Amino acid sequence: MLLTGLTPTLAQDKQVSKDSLKINLNMDAVYSRPFLQFGKSTVAIGGYMEVNSNYFVTDGITEGLSFHMQRLTIFMSSTINQRIKFLTEIEFEDGTKEINIEFAALDFELHPLLVVRGGIIMNPIGAFNQNHDGPKWEFVERPLSATTIVPSTWSNVGFGLHGKSYQGSWVWAYEAYLTNGFDDTIIDNELGKTWLPSTKESPDRFEESFNSTPMTTVKTAIRHRKIGEIGISWMGDVYNKFKEDGIIVDNKRRVDVVAVDYNTTIMQKWYITGEWTWTFIDVPETYSQQYGSRQTGGFTDVVYTILKKRMLGWDKARLNASIRGEYVDYNRDTFNETGGKIHDEVWGINTSLSFRPSLQTVIRANYGYYWETDLLGNPPSKTVRVQFGFSSYF
Amino acid sequence: MGGLIQNLNVFIILTMLSGMLSCDFITPGPVAENEILDGPIEGLTFEQNALFVAGDEAFGATFTSKTGLGPIFVATSCGSCHAGDGKGHPFTTLVRFGQADTTGNIFLTRGGPQLQNRAIPGHMPEQIPEGATSAKFTPPAVTGLGFLAALTDEQILANADPGDADGDGISGRPNYIIPPDYFQPQGIHQFREGKIIGRFGKKAAAVNLLHQTVNAYNEDMGITSDFRMEDPINYAVANQSADMIADPEVPAAVVRNVVFYLRTLKAPIRRNEMEPEVIRGQQLFSDLNCVACHLPEWKTLESDISVLSNQIFHPYTDLLLHDMGASLDDSYTEGIAMTSEWRTPPLWGLGLSKDAQGGVYYLLHDGRANSIEEAILFHGGEADGSRQLFLQLTDDEKEALTRFLESL
Repeated sequence: MLLTGLTPTLAQDKQVSKDSLKINLNMDAVYSRPFLQFGKSTVAIGGYMEVNSNYFVTDGITEGLSFHMQRLTIFMSSTINQRIKFLTEIEFEDGTKEINIEFAALDFELHPLLVVRGGIIMNPIGAFNQNHDGPKWEFVERPLSATTIVPSTWSNVGFGLHGKSYQGSWVWAYEAYLTNGFDDTIIDNELGKTWLPSTKESPDRFEESFNSTPMTTVKTAIRHRKIGEIGISWMGDVYNKFKEDGIIVDNKRRVDVVAVDYNTTIMQKWYITGEWTWTFIDVPETYSQQYGSRQTGGFTDVVYTILKKRMLGWDKARLNASIRGEYVDYNRDTFNETGGKIHDEVWGINTSLSFRPSLQTVIRANYGYYWETDLLGNPPSKTVRVQFGFSSYF
Repeated sequence: MGGLIQNLNVFIILTMLSGMLSCDFITPGPVAENEILDGPIEGLTFEQNALFVAGDEAFGATFTSKTGLGPIFVATSCGSCHAGDGKGHPFTTLVRFGQADTTGNIFLTRGGPQLQNRAIPGHMPEQIPEGATSAKFTPPAVTGLGFLAALTDEQILANADPGDADGDGISGRPNYIIPPDYFQPQGIHQFREGKIIGRFGKKAAAVNLLHQTVNAYNEDMGITSDFRMEDPINYAVANQSADMIADPEVPAAVVRNVVFYLRTLKAPIRRNEMEPEVIRGQQLFSDLNCVACHLPEWKTLESDISVLSNQIFHPYTDLLLHDMGASLDDSYTEGIAMTSEWRTPPLWGLGLSKDAQGGVYYLLHDGRANSIEEAILFHGGEADGSRQLFLQLTDDEKEALTRFLESL
């Protein structure tokens, strides 16, 4: 069994094929992509792009129609040796506003159950963080919970282990890593709420840990070829600088994230994918309660294939209709002053009509309706998002 | 036939896509202007609109430890105290302490007059020093303030009756405040023994919106500006150093933009004012002599913002201090006000308060009243006569009075 599903080939400029006997999990997404290999080179390359239009209306106010180059991602992999592989993913977001190395890691396979990985790693929390490529999804927007509670794409430098075991139609896998982690901006940011993605703004996080305390991420998942996959994951870290020059200046304050993810396919026509996340943060009692100590959120996508046939000259083209339900609660605490619930929530329903000329390309039109409340639970603002876009591997 | 169906599919797809993208179908409409407090006065110029937007952004900006928050503070932004420009919530209700009579605040060197009950990580929040009297202040709505700011001292004094010369039991008087050193008097102001009439704040301790805004930046958020260059500090902690952010943390221009924003926020727009029950309630409001303090109508004179000039508006306040009796006496005061004296709060926007307070009323100076009726029943002192008349109303009449107040 190959480590990654990439089959070395000697063919000229040939698309790398996947091992059809293998059962892929979300954790395999990083290698489970279309790559092109050139001649006898051990290097394969690929990538994807996402571009879309946005038309948003909030409580009757719109900024009008605009166009958004969401991302251009390039990945390269190399099978250095049958059991030593390298892959990197470099992403240009919003044009060149953000340029990130999202993944750059070496895998050494000692045994299928014991693969050592080191480099910039996508922490295996939930499923979306590792399986986020735009062409795989029917929606222009990434799920709220997967981007604002789990800060996808959430990558850090570190080392760890992963492995898999196959038993008939079942596969079980695990991942465990020590990496750099969060910093104190998660409770000290201009959004005024606990916001794990704030750490991504730090230019130093690939260079050193904020507080010299590694973050631990552990995931286990199990999949049946016909039933589906379920995963459970946790990452935990001390996020504050509790020590300066060797002198203790604060308590160690932790952030812990737990996630459950799932996906299944029913009758080859219905595809259900989702995840739910819970976050626990030790916020100082004397700080502002607007920074929540508990958060939760999740989403479920239901995709239905309306047509799968030759359309517009494309064989096996698909027309899909999809719906996404999502919810995030950025602050599950109660007010000290009144005992009442702190709100700061978003509910959303997003619908999609998408056309896939091939599995690697999607043309999608989305209509989403979102309700957002402030901390106090005042009448929610209502936002409609109308988006149209392309996303394709290349 | 197959080709026809295929083309039909394509047609349906394209029609649906273009339909979704080409029209405003199923989009949330605007909230009615009279259902929200925020938004500019009509008739501002493009340049004034741009200033309004800049002020609005500054009003909503959240401060962090890296942009100067604290180190001790009450709130992290203007908007967090005045959600939707409305009244505040107990979460951001602040505490003032240290002044028990008109001789001044004797706790200024121990952190007075305002308690900063929160702190950025690594710092200790303040506590009320032993022996200091205190009162809680719920943040007020900020809409329509430009109209009140445009009134002249002479207009305010015209309604004062400090000795109750007319014998009606109501004796409003202005609070006189020593203005801050950056105060620049305008034609509307009259000095009296080096003091100026205060017109903003629960005790009318702020002489103008700049004074109010500078104090809010500093005492509510721990933000220094060109007008106040020192952070609040916790005097109870031996090391009195503040944060390490260079001062000023906001420049004068930002403060002035916020002041412009406050001056040009529209006045609350009434709802259901033609309903018979509301009209009946309005008459009862007058019959109970509530209008003696909650003065319904004012007219501005000339203003440097032309849309504020010569405008009739209905704030339901006289901007004067009134003795509200023992039940509202918190043993704390500011300026020359007695501890039982409070500035008449404007009642406009009252009906929209719940939409800014999380669906619950938190009324009176400290949010102690959770209904309009409860707030009325807390009235005493000069308002005791009106309260007694209110108690004699039938349930229907009380309901009509409430409906009227909710229409403001």
